[in-house]
Amino acid sequence: MAMEITQFLLNAQAVDGNVRKHAEENIRQFQEQNLPSFLLSLAGELANDDKPVESRKLAGLILKNALDAKEQHRKFELGQRWIALDPNAKAQIRVCLLKTLSSPAHDARSTASQVIAKLAGIELPLKQWPELIEALLSNNNQLPAHTRQATLETLGYICEEISPDVIEQDHVNKILTAVVQGMNSAESNNDVRLAATRALYNALGFAQANFSNDKERDFIMRVVCEATLSPEVKIRQAAFECLVSISSTYYEKLSPYIQDIFSITAKAMKEDEEPVALQAVEFWSSICDEEIDILEEYGGEFTGDSVIPCFYFIKQALPALIPLLLETLLKQEEDQDQDEGAWNIAMAGGTCLGLVARTVGDDVVPLVMPFIEENISKPDWRQREAATYAFGSVLEGPSPEKLMTLVNHALSFMLNALMKDPNNHVKDTTGWTLGRIFEFLHGSTFETPIITQANCQQIITVLLQSMRDVPNVAEKACGALYFLAQGFEDSESSSTQLTPFFQDIIQALLDVTHREDAGESRLRTAAYESLNEVVRCCTDETAPMVMQLVPLIMMELHQTLEGQRLSSDERDKQNELQGLLCGCLQVIIQKLGSSEPTKYVFMQYADQMMGLFLRVFSCKSATAHEEAMLAIGALAYSTGSDFAKYMSEFYKYLEMGLQNFEDYQVCAITVGVVGDISRALEDKILPYCDGIMTQLLKDLSSNQLHRSVKPPIFSCFGDLALAIGENFDKYLMYAMPMLQSAAELSVQTSGADDDMIEYTNTLRNGILEAYSGILQGFKGSSKSQLLMPHAPHILQFLDSLYMAKDMDDVVMKTAIGVLGDLADTLGANAAPLIQQCVSSRDFLNECLQSEDHLVREAAEWAQLAIRRAISF
Amino acid sequence: MAPSDLRRPYKRPQLSDQQRRRELSLKRQEQSRDAELHARRLASTLLSLPPEQQPSESEPEPEPEPGSSSDYDLRDASKLKGPEARKWFAKQLMLPEWMIDVPHRLPHDWYVLPRPAGKRCFVVSSDGTTISRQRNGTILHRFPSALPHGSRNRDGSGPPSYSILDCIFHEMDQTYYVIDMVCWKSYSYYNCTAEFRFSWLESKLAETKARDPPSYYHKYRFSLVPWYDCDLSGLHKAYTGEVPFVKDGLLFYNRHAHYQPGNTPLALVWKDEYCSQYVIDTDNKGQVPSHQQVVLELQDDGKVTTSDDPPVVFSCLNLEFIQQSGLESGCLLRFAIGDGGLTIVDGKLERADLHYLGKSNRARAFADTYSKIMFQNMVRGSPLRIDDLVASISSSVDGASIPDVEMICG
Repeated sequence: MAMEITQFLLNAQAVDGNVRKHAEENIRQFQEQNLPSFLLSLAGELANDDKPVESRKLAGLILKNALDAKEQHRKFELGQRWIALDPNAKAQIRVCLLKTLSSPAHDARSTASQVIAKLAGIELPLKQWPELIEALLSNNNQLPAHTRQATLETLGYICEEISPDVIEQDHVNKILTAVVQGMNSAESNNDVRLAATRALYNALGFAQANFSNDKERDFIMRVVCEATLSPEVKIRQAAFECLVSISSTYYEKLSPYIQDIFSITAKAMKEDEEPVALQAVEFWSSICDEEIDILEEYGGEFTGDSVIPCFYFIKQALPALIPLLLETLLKQEEDQDQDEGAWNIAMAGGTCLGLVARTVGDDVVPLVMPFIEENISKPDWRQREAATYAFGSVLEGPSPEKLMTLVNHALSFMLNALMKDPNNHVKDTTGWTLGRIFEFLHGSTFETPIITQANCQQIITVLLQSMRDVPNVAEKACGALYFLAQGFEDSESSSTQLTPFFQDIIQALLDVTHREDAGESRLRTAAYESLNEVVRCCTDETAPMVMQLVPLIMMELHQTLEGQRLSSDERDKQNELQGLLCGCLQVIIQKLGSSEPTKYVFMQYADQMMGLFLRVFSCKSATAHEEAMLAIGALAYSTGSDFAKYMSEFYKYLEMGLQNFEDYQVCAITVGVVGDISRALEDKILPYCDGIMTQLLKDLSSNQLHRSVKPPIFSCFGDLALAIGENFDKYLMYAMPMLQSAAELSVQTSGADDDMIEYTNTLRNGILEAYSGILQGFKGSSKSQLLMPHAPHILQFLDSLYMAKDMDDVVMKTAIGVLGDLADTLGANAAPLIQQCVSSRDFLNECLQSEDHLVREAAEWAQLAIRRAISF
Repeated sequence: MAPSDLRRPYKRPQLSDQQRRRELSLKRQEQSRDAELHARRLASTLLSLPPEQQPSESEPEPEPEPGSSSDYDLRDASKLKGPEARKWFAKQLMLPEWMIDVPHRLPHDWYVLPRPAGKRCFVVSSDGTTISRQRNGTILHRFPSALPHGSRNRDGSGPPSYSILDCIFHEMDQTYYVIDMVCWKSYSYYNCTAEFRFSWLESKLAETKARDPPSYYHKYRFSLVPWYDCDLSGLHKAYTGEVPFVKDGLLFYNRHAHYQPGNTPLALVWKDEYCSQYVIDTDNKGQVPSHQQVVLELQDDGKVTTSDDPPVVFSCLNLEFIQQSGLESGCLLRFAIGDGGLTIVDGKLERADLHYLGKSNRARAFADTYSKIMFQNMVRGSPLRIDDLVASISSSVDGASIPDVEMICG
């Protein structure tokens, strides 16, 4: 067998398709016949220095794929399978893997490193490979360089794979010591030093304790800073990557080093090779991210007990940092605007400048203005572009007062440049800058508007004309129009400054969507997005023009559905277009459906439109499905109970959407649409409820479905219960236990990070909305007492929420509402239970005194309902 | 992701339109869900709060313990009768502010309707009965009606549902004049514009026999109040037109406004001697006092304020006086406005010449609003006249032909 597997592995990489297929089949059979022996042969192949590198490498990859998968549930299954494997086989495989790290063949070592890390990810949390770390650490200085390199690489991969709490501090210390030693300038082998530097990047998350110790931190920082000066570019880059990671993980420890880091990064930005310079810029962008977060969280007011203080590193570095960033702006690449994947020092520098402006606000303006003034009219396009980009970058952050005069002054210059500058790159950036001006400085909240009767016509003329320019410039003009329109969105008036140009704008955007080259630079998408925004800001006066758009867009959608034979590339484009058209119709439905006179006229298209949406579901594109589903939700909301006539045809697609685990966005949207439909149909949804509930319950029990879909599913239980009232009774035995266990899970939040806390609150809110809906749905029904057995755990959930003290206002409002609903529906029977629970006293009191009027309002209702329940 | 792959978004907005579409849909769903729960809770309370626990004006009950509405304890539940119910109910109706200046764009954005004199109340029909409750929570009538599920009559059966109307009960012809619709057959109209609600109100009411004369299964007639676009002819019809009820001023509704519980500037009330018998407030004896009287709420710090959110401060009592008079924070106090009147600077109240009269009638749940005090103040001095409304409409109509830059900015 051992001989054969080498041949299979080589054949599986053969050029001849038949040979390859045959070999893959053989490998598959081997795996199915005897898994332990199969895995062991693979490990043996990988470890055997007499075998060809190609077969060893593939053996390692197959072994890795037998331990790990992208999808969470699959990964879990593979882990379980490994754990259940024969202990002897497992022990032998581990030995083979460790042995491979000493192989002279680089590819074999590197593959083994990855497999070991995946295996560690399964075994270390279960304490099943206790000697692994020790074994790796014993690969010390006496061994050949290539073994040390492989060992360090493996340690790095392991740190990437597992969470810090799995490794005990003693081992962490030893790993860090080994890594830092490998990074030291005394290490003469560059491969070892590079592997060590990359390993440190992954190990930084484990170094909490070490970073709290001044001496150890000083030492690590010194080694990292030294590595940024290595003659080897890859080592310098890896060292800067460590600095970037340190800037976010250990922001609060940086103070003593920031001066030195500034010097190092400044030098790199000015003279180092681009991959290194990019990381140097990224260090400062990352510091900006940290400070923006901190300042947002505390609103600029720090006290002794703020969790993380702001050190104002950016503010202090400002006078020196700004010139460095401005200098990078002049290093543009030709045609970078046509290249989707481009990322260079000029782009990174401008992005960082934008973040700096958001961090420090007004202070950035006087430091940037001289550069802009000096360069904006220069003959060299690079200077004009850099100046414009600098201007656009600082428009978010500084106060309107600081910017208004400058912007008013610059506006006509920009409009002129967008039309007349000979360079496309300059026009592109100018269009983007105009968009930023409208995004941040135009809208009903500004006292002195920058769009006036005097300049509005010129602005629109220029933007519409630029929509006929090359695709990347036209795309920016569409983007600028988007924000121009957005500024008028909350106007109460039935006529705005856009009104006189409304028809021209719509026509120009439609023309763009029909351009031959609209597929380039995401031009078509930008045009439809602007069209959507223009629709959103239409008023009584301009609504008829939007109405005329309906048959046009429907016709276009119809055309995409006509059966032509398409290449897969063409079909992708077709699906993208369908998504855009459904998106546009959705916006129109939402807009016209919200006003009575337009809704009446608009409804004449409902049947046809629904027909088109249903046909979109027969195309295989997640984006198009999602958009069609959203549009149908909006339509159901507008149509009300008449939507029932579409249900028999629509139902199977609804079910399909609920089964779409893979594209979880589609699933989430569909869940929301079930809510829309329950509200529209009320009890007419009853015939479909069995199917819908079955699917929702399956979704909840699946570990394949993305967790973000689960809270809306709970809310959806509530929507259905409100719609069908006491008929929900047959689902109680399934829904209630699920709610109860989710509720119990959602109050255990110790040690959760911000994301987890946010998710937990969303989950709680979903559960509570389900309870409210179910309780209110049974209100007044003779079956309401079926809920009595569930009252204790609902109240207990409310009590635990109150005790946990980490609710946001939304959860608080929903929770106290549930208390009221419970009292309201169950009445006197529940009175003793209610009187026993903490929620009905302390929690209620706290809500009654809340700053948030929605919380207060819900609490006042709960108070009334409770009083009624206990006074019977 | 390998760290060197890091790319930040370049020249891209932070939020894609696709993401916005998703979020706007979620927001719509969230609002609809909240509106439905809100309506159900209101209906449930309207139906089941026992009438005998309501405060009655003839038999004042003890003032609540200080701050009792926020310091609630179940053990005291039996003592808690009136104030919470009154406060909660009063906040559920959409309460117009008094018109103290004329809104822009009256003819474009507003409706006008004559306001019947009578008792403002919610009418809810469900499960074979109909109940009307006044602003303070008191049941006005419990009766059969032709509203959906408003009587035991089986004619109009269908799935169980509830409906809630915002009405004024007009004593003389024993008719409920419907001025707004909150909920119809369990469908909540909270998040719909006035335009939408008014037009549906008419067609929904027409589906029932609620507008028929009284009969065995229909004790009171329901009637619609005519509503007009607030242009010159609409205002004229509302102001001078014949109506079957006693008129008490005019109501103005912004056509884009949702049904918003509590005080709102998007609905306004205005009156003069021609269209109302009750322009200037009277005292408990029905006499017009020589000086304007106002009711204000005493705060912890001695300030006396209106019931607006946020409250407007009219004055500050000294602590010694408060102690001597045995006043507690939260008390409603009656004052007369002296000859010094109200001093307004840049549209803001700067000083008020207040004279303390005593505690206010206990049946009251709230202090006066700022707009009410100002309206009453103007009525006694330089009232806002019908001519002012006409003039505003005329200039707004003239202005409509030129694009209205000033309007948006102003």
